[in-house]
Amino acid sequence: MSDFLSVFLAVVLALLVAPMLQKNTDTVWANLRQITFVKKNGVLVSTYLLGAVFIWVGLMIVAPQLYMVDFSFRDGAIGGNPDAYTLKNYSYLIFGRDSDENLFNLLHLQIFLKTILASVGVTLLAFLLCYPIAYYLAQSTKGGTTRLFLIALILPFWVNEILRAFAFRILFGSSGVINVTLMGMGILDEPIDFIKADVAMYAGLSYAYILLMVFPIYNAIESLDHNQIEAARDLGSPWWRIHYRVVIPYAKPGIASGCTMVFMLSAGALAVPQILGGPSSLWFTQIIYDWFFTGGDWSRGSAYAFVLLFSCIIFVLAVMKFFKVNLGELAK
Amino acid sequence: MTSDLIQKYMVRFYIAMFFLYLFGPLILMGVTAFNTPTFPTAIPIDELTMKWFSVLANDKDMIKGIKNSLWIGLGVVCLAVPIGLAAALLMSQVHKKAQSIYYMIVVSPLLTPGVILGISTLVFWDRLGVWVDADYNSVFYSGIFLSVIGQSTFISAYCMLIFLSRLQRFDRTQEEAALDLGATNVQVFWKILIPFLRPAIGSAAFLAFLTSFENYNTTLFTIQAESTLTTVLAGKVRLGTNPSLSALAVVIVGITLVGAVMHEIYRRREMRREALAAEAAKRAADIADKGMAPV
Amino acid sequence: MSSGVDLEHVTIRFGDFTAVDDANLAIRKGEFFSFLGPSGCGKTTILRAVSGFNEPTEGTIRINGSDMRGIGPNKRPTALIFQNLALFPLMSVADNIAFGLEVEGVKYVERRRRAEELLDLIALSGQGDKMVSELSGGQKQRVAIARALAVEPEVLLLDEPLSALDLKLRQHMRSELRNIQQRVGITFIYITHDQGEALTMSDRIAVMSAGVIEQVGDGSTIYNEPETAFVASFVGENNPFYGKVVKVEGEYAQIQNKFGLLRGRNTQDMNVGDAAILFVRPEALSLVEGNDTTPAENIIESTILAEEFEGPSIHIHMEGDTEKRISFSVSNEGKGTHLKVGDTAKICFNVDRAIVLPEGDLADE
Repeated sequence: MSDFLSVFLAVVLALLVAPMLQKNTDTVWANLRQITFVKKNGVLVSTYLLGAVFIWVGLMIVAPQLYMVDFSFRDGAIGGNPDAYTLKNYSYLIFGRDSDENLFNLLHLQIFLKTILASVGVTLLAFLLCYPIAYYLAQSTKGGTTRLFLIALILPFWVNEILRAFAFRILFGSSGVINVTLMGMGILDEPIDFIKADVAMYAGLSYAYILLMVFPIYNAIESLDHNQIEAARDLGSPWWRIHYRVVIPYAKPGIASGCTMVFMLSAGALAVPQILGGPSSLWFTQIIYDWFFTGGDWSRGSAYAFVLLFSCIIFVLAVMKFFKVNLGELAK
Repeated sequence: MTSDLIQKYMVRFYIAMFFLYLFGPLILMGVTAFNTPTFPTAIPIDELTMKWFSVLANDKDMIKGIKNSLWIGLGVVCLAVPIGLAAALLMSQVHKKAQSIYYMIVVSPLLTPGVILGISTLVFWDRLGVWVDADYNSVFYSGIFLSVIGQSTFISAYCMLIFLSRLQRFDRTQEEAALDLGATNVQVFWKILIPFLRPAIGSAAFLAFLTSFENYNTTLFTIQAESTLTTVLAGKVRLGTNPSLSALAVVIVGITLVGAVMHEIYRRREMRREALAAEAAKRAADIADKGMAPV
Repeated sequence: MSSGVDLEHVTIRFGDFTAVDDANLAIRKGEFFSFLGPSGCGKTTILRAVSGFNEPTEGTIRINGSDMRGIGPNKRPTALIFQNLALFPLMSVADNIAFGLEVEGVKYVERRRRAEELLDLIALSGQGDKMVSELSGGQKQRVAIARALAVEPEVLLLDEPLSALDLKLRQHMRSELRNIQQRVGITFIYITHDQGEALTMSDRIAVMSAGVIEQVGDGSTIYNEPETAFVASFVGENNPFYGKVVKVEGEYAQIQNKFGLLRGRNTQDMNVGDAAILFVRPEALSLVEGNDTTPAENIIESTILAEEFEGPSIHIHMEGDTEKRISFSVSNEGKGTHLKVGDTAKICFNVDRAIVLPEGDLADE
């Protein structure tokens, strides 16, 4: 703790003191002040702006990501040579160990594919669940009611992600509410293992990120002039065509944004699969976690992480292309 | 007519189901907090009890985790809010051609899975530690410090978006007016810009703290030997558990409800005050402009 | 005493676009000076250059004789009133007014006293604790003026400050502004696209078009003695007649036009053969009644296209030599005009009330 504080204070102090110290070197500052940016913001504010953004972009976003990629091409195994570049971390994901019977690393590839496909599935499911609600809230309810609904939507998401997953465990567990109820009604003789069947996990994943689907779509549809829908209805358009031709095209940026976020969060989810996933079926992030904390090979973990990151980038690009939206509309 | 009615009821039914899906699990979890069985059980209810709350209060791991979470949250607020503010202020000053690249870089943490942010922070700072030959007890290996850094990477972007949306409503001529009246750039910053952004600073700090407090994916990688509330919770849930977790959820939901209600009351009062001010202005305008006294 | 504000060969470019082209002006101390021109003519750019928000690409701006280059807006003896006023919404009226003193480090009691003085000046005594949002449009206007006056500028710059007000209030504020200016006695530089504002308030006016200062002069000179076709057409109503100069004689020049030979004053030394426009104001045109044939020249015979009855006067529009119609009014003498749309009518004007200017672009309607 004290270490953290001292470094933090040091950074703050450096930012504050540096310009004051350098005020002595007048010529340097006289020249610096001529730069339009410094002129416009003043010396102190310029230092703060550039310093803060440099720390963030440089030391927190770009450098760590680049280093992670670099690291993933090195041999991080115990006894390996950490200075030489190698492809073996990636080839392990595809081919596994040389000594293995199978040509491909079927276990990891399967998990990877399952993660991606299931995330796409969860995204679609979340969209189907959320679109009607978003539309209803945006177009059919009035001020006060809408606010109430919105608060009701947000409320569950103030509860910790872990606890939400825990709630599903209570619901789907072998002595959980569903099983007890069904057995009590005599429909079942013995409990269904929802967790092993991954039902609990998919339900939990859809649940976990529903808010991030509802809100962008709601925001997009809200600004749609209700008269457009009336006009379409007036022209004899059936309800499904109104949505297909009027509402959905209008809400496209919101839908794209929601889908991107839900996919990214699902593919990168760790808590829900850990808590609700069956013991035999892993999520890709769990393999990454294992490389770091039980396998002890950070390089290989980094390589796997990069593969995950890359898939997410591909997905984002695909969404941008498919929905014809730009990044600004995605991240709102 | 009847088909309209059927459609209406179907919509209602759907909404009811949706909110049942949203709240059902949480309500059931709440029930388990008051039920006696050691494994969280909602039905049947054996006997109502408060013992899980005292179990919760005496859980040393949990208390330590909460403490760490609070510290990390505080650190994230102190780091992410100023960074987000600077990034938002810089946005309008970046050269037009570089603007889209700048934007792409600064929102990228929002589109990156949390685990990856955690991993990259971990390996990067670990490497830095080796590079400067840091002591193993130094910040480079401190779970708390790395968690603050890792979480701030994306929470800063949230803060930036909050500031950007507030800045969109900022009238830039106010800055020019202040300059014209003799203010220095620093004075403009503190007397004009910061007062205008104050509500945004408040919500950014609040959101930053909350997001940090709830974060799991990034923290799991950066926290290492330490623990936070979420990592303690996850550990417990995975290892099988007792209803003290439900009790914790009840506490959190309770705090949330109070917060939400207070926020709503505050908002209503603000709205009423604004309406009153508008009304007063209108009246003033009517009186002043009609019978205006010549200067 | 040196002069107020001098512009010497001021040119301001934004990339390839020239916003102000070689402006030369000497604005006197204590003068109410207006820049008049359509939007986009560069008048606001000049104002921002004087206040220090942008620097001239070439040329020099002097205030009280000293070169302002490199001096920021917060160090110039100017104060700007913004088009949207730019009052600080989070501060009280008094804090707004005293802001300039606050940043100078003046003590609270003193600046409060100054604010009260200025509130008296703008007839808002005792309203210093109100928030800006509680004021009406006209009151905000006056607070903006007080805020600018608080820093005791030598030059007050006003960027169309009345444009957001409704017509009645605008007319009231004109006389109020003029009043304040005469009381405080400092130089006012006023930017407007509204000629009524410029003509009623200003000592002198500079008419601008497309970055160029077309003419500088007092209101009646601008109106009666325009030097360019743009000024003639922008300030007040005017009827243009295109033609070539065929005869120059004393102070007059004659042009050949579709309607025949037209003669007017030759103030710009036009020569025979020059392309010209002869301008006649609507109030200088009159109908030739009956068979009166006394003035043999400056008679225009054309078709009546429209008649608008407006109580005291009747506006008549006739076919002109271009797409622009000839417009003028006759006063209502209680018996109508006996003219019908489609009729041909003769109108005439006095030589001394027409002016022949070099051909040039007219102001857009």
